[in-house]
Amino acid sequence: MRHFATLLLAAAAIVLPAAAQEISYSNSQPLTLPRDTFFGMAAGVATDSKGHVFVYTRNGDPTITLGGSRAFAHGGSSLYEFDANGKYIRQIGKLAYGFLAAQQVRVDNSDHIWVVDRYSSMVMKLDPQGRVVMLLGRKPESVDVPSAPDTGRGTPPGSGQQSDLFQSPADVAWDSRGNIFVADGIGNARIAKFTPDGVFVKSWGSRGMSDSQFQTAHGVAVDAGGNVYVADRGNKRIQVFDNDGNFKSSITTGGDPEAICISPGAHQYLYSSNSNPQDDLDKGGEIYKLELSGTVVGKFGQAGKGPKDFGSVNAIDCRNPNALYVAEAGNWRVTKVDLH
Amino acid sequence: MRHYLAATAAVALLFSTSSAWPQVTATAGATAPELAYEAVPNFFQAPPGDYMGELQGVASNSKGHVFAFFRGPQTRLWEFGPDGKFIKEIGKGFYGFQFAHSVRVDRHDNIWTVDEGTNVVTKFDPTGTKVLMVVGHRPSQAEGPFATPKGPNPPDKKYTLCRPTDVAWDQQDNIFISDGYCNNRVVKYSPEGKFLAQNGTEKVGKGDNEYNLPHGLQVDHQGNVYVADRGNARYVVLDNNLKWKTAYTQYGSAWSDCISEGPHQYLFMTNSNPNGNGPGTWARTGQIYKAELDGTVIGKFGHAGKMAPGWQVVHMMDCRNPNQIIVGEIESWRMQKFVLKGSK
Repeated sequence: MRHFATLLLAAAAIVLPAAAQEISYSNSQPLTLPRDTFFGMAAGVATDSKGHVFVYTRNGDPTITLGGSRAFAHGGSSLYEFDANGKYIRQIGKLAYGFLAAQQVRVDNSDHIWVVDRYSSMVMKLDPQGRVVMLLGRKPESVDVPSAPDTGRGTPPGSGQQSDLFQSPADVAWDSRGNIFVADGIGNARIAKFTPDGVFVKSWGSRGMSDSQFQTAHGVAVDAGGNVYVADRGNKRIQVFDNDGNFKSSITTGGDPEAICISPGAHQYLYSSNSNPQDDLDKGGEIYKLELSGTVVGKFGQAGKGPKDFGSVNAIDCRNPNALYVAEAGNWRVTKVDLH
Repeated sequence: MRHYLAATAAVALLFSTSSAWPQVTATAGATAPELAYEAVPNFFQAPPGDYMGELQGVASNSKGHVFAFFRGPQTRLWEFGPDGKFIKEIGKGFYGFQFAHSVRVDRHDNIWTVDEGTNVVTKFDPTGTKVLMVVGHRPSQAEGPFATPKGPNPPDKKYTLCRPTDVAWDQQDNIFISDGYCNNRVVKYSPEGKFLAQNGTEKVGKGDNEYNLPHGLQVDHQGNVYVADRGNARYVVLDNNLKWKTAYTQYGSAWSDCISEGPHQYLFMTNSNPNGNGPGTWARTGQIYKAELDGTVIGKFGHAGKMAPGWQVVHMMDCRNPNQIIVGEIESWRMQKFVLKGSK
C-alpha cells in the first residue's frame, strides 16, 4: 500500500514540477518514561545545548473544582526532561500554577526552558534548574460552567487585545539579542514582541488571508538575521517579517504548516510540518526541509500510525539539522528522526 | 436543569482583572521623594522542585516568621523562617482553601487566611495546627458547579461573605473584613465572630459610604480602618464604628495597604500595575507609597517590571517593620524582601 502511494506521488511529480525530493530517514523512540507514566498528546519537544530533551505533554485531566464562588481549573499537563540518550531525568513544574494544557516547549541559547500553555494562556520562562525566571500573560482566574456569553467579568484573556495578555498562545521564539516573539495565534491571530526583560513592545497581525494576517499563527521561528517566520496554519504558508514585524514575503512550499523550526549554524534550514488533522490520516503529514528562501531541499514522512509515519506533528526540534525530534499530537509519542 | 447543563457544557475561561479597572496614576507621585531601598535577591526559596503560585498574601508574625498564601494548582499556605528558609506547609488540602486572597497575622500571632473561592476567613492558631474560628461559609458542592455570577450582586447578608478580600483587627480584637468582589462593604465582627456593623452594601458606588471593590484593609492602634477601594482608586478611612471619615485619592489604583507596628505607625499603599494595560503605564504606575496615617506623603519606591526586583502586580505587603517591606506579587508568582534606607 505504501508503495502504491509512493508510485502515485511519483506520478504526480511528473505533472507537478515543484514536487519535492524524498529525503531518506529513519525513526526511533529513544525517550523512556518511568513505569506507569505515559505521554499523552505530545505537544512540545525541545533540546538544550547538552542534548537533553524536554517534552511538554497533555497527559492528565485538567480538574475543575466544585463548591466555590466560582469554578477553578487545575493541572493536566507535564514537562519531562531526558538526557541525550533518552534516559528519564525528572519532571519539572509538577506544581506550577500555569501548567494546564500543554502547547509548546522551547529552549533558548542559554538553556532556559520556555513553556507555552494554551489553557492558562501563559508563556513561562524557567531556568535550567526549572525555577521560574519570568512570566508572560496570566492564567484566567476561573472557568465558566456552563459556558455563557460574558456580560460583566471581562473577556477571555487577550481577546482582541494588542497587548501583553494572550488568548491560547501557540509558540515562542527569540532573536539573537534576546527579544521575545510570542505566536499568540490560536485565540488571537497575532505576533507579540517583548524586550528580553519582558516589556511589551508591539504586536502585529489579525485574522484573515491578506499579508500580515493569519488564520492561525501556530508556530514562530527567528533566523540569525532577526527575521521572523510565522507558520500560518490554515492559509498554507509561512509568512516572513523583519524584526519589527514588517511583511517581507510568503513561503508556500512548506505545506500548511502546524510546526516550524529553524536550525542553528552557518547554513540555516527551515523545517515545516504539513501536519495532518487528527481525524484524517489519508493525506499530508510530511515534513519539508527548506532553505530560508523557501526553496525546497526535500521532504520526508507521511500521515499515519506506523513507526515511520507522523501523526499530527505539533513540534519539531532541529538543533541538530540531521537529527530532529518530533512531537506527535495524534500518536502520543516523541520520535527522533535521523535524516540521511 | 441548570445543573445538568453545567455538567455537560463546554467550559470557557474567564478573565477578571484589568480591563474593568483602568490604571490610575498617583498624583502624589509627582512630588513624593524617592526613598532609597535595597532588594534582597532570592531571599525566599521554595523547596526544590516546588513552586509558589500567584502570591496573594504575605504576613509576618512577632518572631519574624513569614507566611505566604498563594494560588498554586491548589491554594496553599507556606511558612518561612526569619532567614527566608522554608519551614512547612499549613493546611494542605484544607476545606477553606480554594482561591487565596490574603493572609494576616494578629497581635497574638494567630494566622488568618482570606479565601475568595470558598468565601471563608479562617483563624488558625500560631502553629497552624488548629482552626480556631471560621467566618463566612462555603457554597455547597451538592449544588454542582456554579457559573461565574452575572448581573447584579445578591443582597448582602450579615454572616455570608461574597469573595472577601482582607481581614484586620483593632486592639480589642474586633474583626474587620473587606467584602469583597461581590459585596462592596466593610464588616465588623466581635472577637467571637458576632456581627456588629457594616459600611457599604452589595451595591457598587463611588460616593461616601460606597465602594467599588474594597480590596484590602488595615486598622491602626486607635482603631481607625483604612480600606483600599480599588475600583474607585482611593483609600477610605473609617472610624472604629465604621463611620466615614475621609478618603485619600492621591495614591492611584488602590490595590492594598499595610500599617506598620511600633509607636509611630506608617501607612504603605501600592499602585500596582497588572498585565493588560498599555505599555506606557509601566513607566508611571507600579510603585509603593509610604505616608503618615493622616495621608501626608513621605515618599515612594519601586517600579513595575517582570524581572526581579521589579514588580508584576504587588498584591500585598508586610510592613511590621517599616524599614523592611515584604512584597507578594500576583503575576510573577514571587515574594520579595526589600530594605528601606530612608530618603535619598
